Amino acid sequence: MTKIKVEVLDRRQFMLAASATTAALMAGISSANATAEMAAEYIKKLTGGASMMEGKVKIDLPEIAENGNTVPVKVSVDSPMTADNYVKTLHLVSEGNPGPEMASFHFTPASGRANAAARMRLAKTQNVVGIAEMSDGKIYTAKTLVKVTIGGCGG
Amino acid sequence: MTKYKTIKTARSAIALLGMAVFASSATSSAMADKMDDYKVGDIHSGYVYTAPSTRAMQDDDFENPAFLMVEKGEALWSKPGPNGKSCASCHENPEEDMKGVSATYPKYDPKTKKMMTIEQKINREIVEKTGGKKVKWEKGVMPALSVFIGLQSRGMPMNVKIDGEAAPFYEKGKKFYYTRRGQLNIACKHCHEDYAGKHIRADLLSQGMANGFPAYRLKWQKVGSLHRRFRGCNKNIRAEPYKQGAEEYVNLELYVKSRGNGLKMEIPAVRR
Amino acid sequence: MAKARVKAPKKAKAGDIVTIKTLITHKMESGRRKDKKTGKLVPRHIIDKFTAKFNGETFFSADWHGSVSANPYMSFSYKAEKSGEFEFIWHDEKGEETVKKSKMTVA
Repeated sequence: MTKIKVEVLDRRQFMLAASATTAALMAGISSANATAEMAAEYIKKLTGGASMMEGKVKIDLPEIAENGNTVPVKVSVDSPMTADNYVKTLHLVSEGNPGPEMASFHFTPASGRANAAARMRLAKTQNVVGIAEMSDGKIYTAKTLVKVTIGGCGG
Repeated sequence: MTKYKTIKTARSAIALLGMAVFASSATSSAMADKMDDYKVGDIHSGYVYTAPSTRAMQDDDFENPAFLMVEKGEALWSKPGPNGKSCASCHENPEEDMKGVSATYPKYDPKTKKMMTIEQKINREIVEKTGGKKVKWEKGVMPALSVFIGLQSRGMPMNVKIDGEAAPFYEKGKKFYYTRRGQLNIACKHCHEDYAGKHIRADLLSQGMANGFPAYRLKWQKVGSLHRRFRGCNKNIRAEPYKQGAEEYVNLELYVKSRGNGLKMEIPAVRR
Repeated sequence: MAKARVKAPKKAKAGDIVTIKTLITHKMESGRRKDKKTGKLVPRHIIDKFTAKFNGETFFSADWHGSVSANPYMSFSYKAEKSGEFEFIWHDEKGEETVKKSKMTVA
């Protein structure tokens, strides 16, 4: 008969084991979220891989979101919004939500301004990327970091 | 194992309460004037403790999503119940008739010889006056009516009565407020009296004032009652929460509101 | 039935760029939330398209995904040229549509 070796964990070891397991679980959860790479892939799909320029796009988010369920976002693109020079679409892309797609706003010269405001769910602290497709085919981009409060005591 | 870990995490939250508390960022003087509307002496509305973006949502009745509920409540007001009567049958002008009403609840109810919240009062009226059935607190009819009625007191001082027949219930509510409970073994007062204005992890603790409830919470993404908020608090300290309308919460509501007597009513507030 | 609110000006001067605000009641179920009682995922059900028209012509539209908060808020602008009527259409994945109209006089 083989002897069974019984190991007794003391409290400290137990806690280490427990936190390691939790860490592994958390890693598992976060990998289900979009990453910068997933966002980039989605952007490629949206733009057909066309090259992008920094600028013109402004993504306005609170520096710290009190709750990720309802985060106000304002977007604007610098454009004269005339019949031959306007913003066609502005896509919002998430680098930290379960999926990268958030919303796409389609403008026309009759919009007057390429401005829009909405409220978004943000799963965690992340970059929100704006991609503007202009009427002349050029693409501009910008990103904004938003810190999302988790834990604490929101009740 | 996970459960144990949770408790452990929660313990460190207490440690934070004890050691690592730090003052909130200073409010700029330009904003002081505006904030005066939300303060009475040392008593501060929850508005003071929310982020500017959340305040902006409350400041504009269009941006405030709770107003979808207000409109619903307004429409329900004249909708007849099973016996053909509606709220409007007795209260033709809700803007006048409901003015100041929410500011005085919970009130002593001679019939049950207990305190009664506005939600319980609404349910009684639905049953006795319109022949309808009681409705749940957090769905459909109730949040719509409670914010519509609550709005008619906006800007008026909260004013719950705590003497006379209310006195023993006030004492019970006060006792609840100062009693340690849950696995974390902390009382309402530990966060909302001792450490209001300080951070617990990433969250800024408020004084736990009730003048804006029922409120639209960003977390809930809907309007909810004060008792739902109490439940959230109790769950966070790992205490068994009571049900909406439980005597314990009704008495606690009376006590919590009495602490904020004088604050302007903000229903429907927007809170994180 | 979803309930919508719209804030659009009744009057404007030609050439004015006016701001329009809209809100609608909708849970915007992302399909990723679990029912607390059953532990099962609540099926996805969102408003996926919002369209704003003036005198029948679309001047702004939006595609919404699961990241849009419940009770969606949408604000945007319009360059007033002549009098007419706004029409706002929320289309959800089940094919249900909510429509709201608002007149504007342009001087």
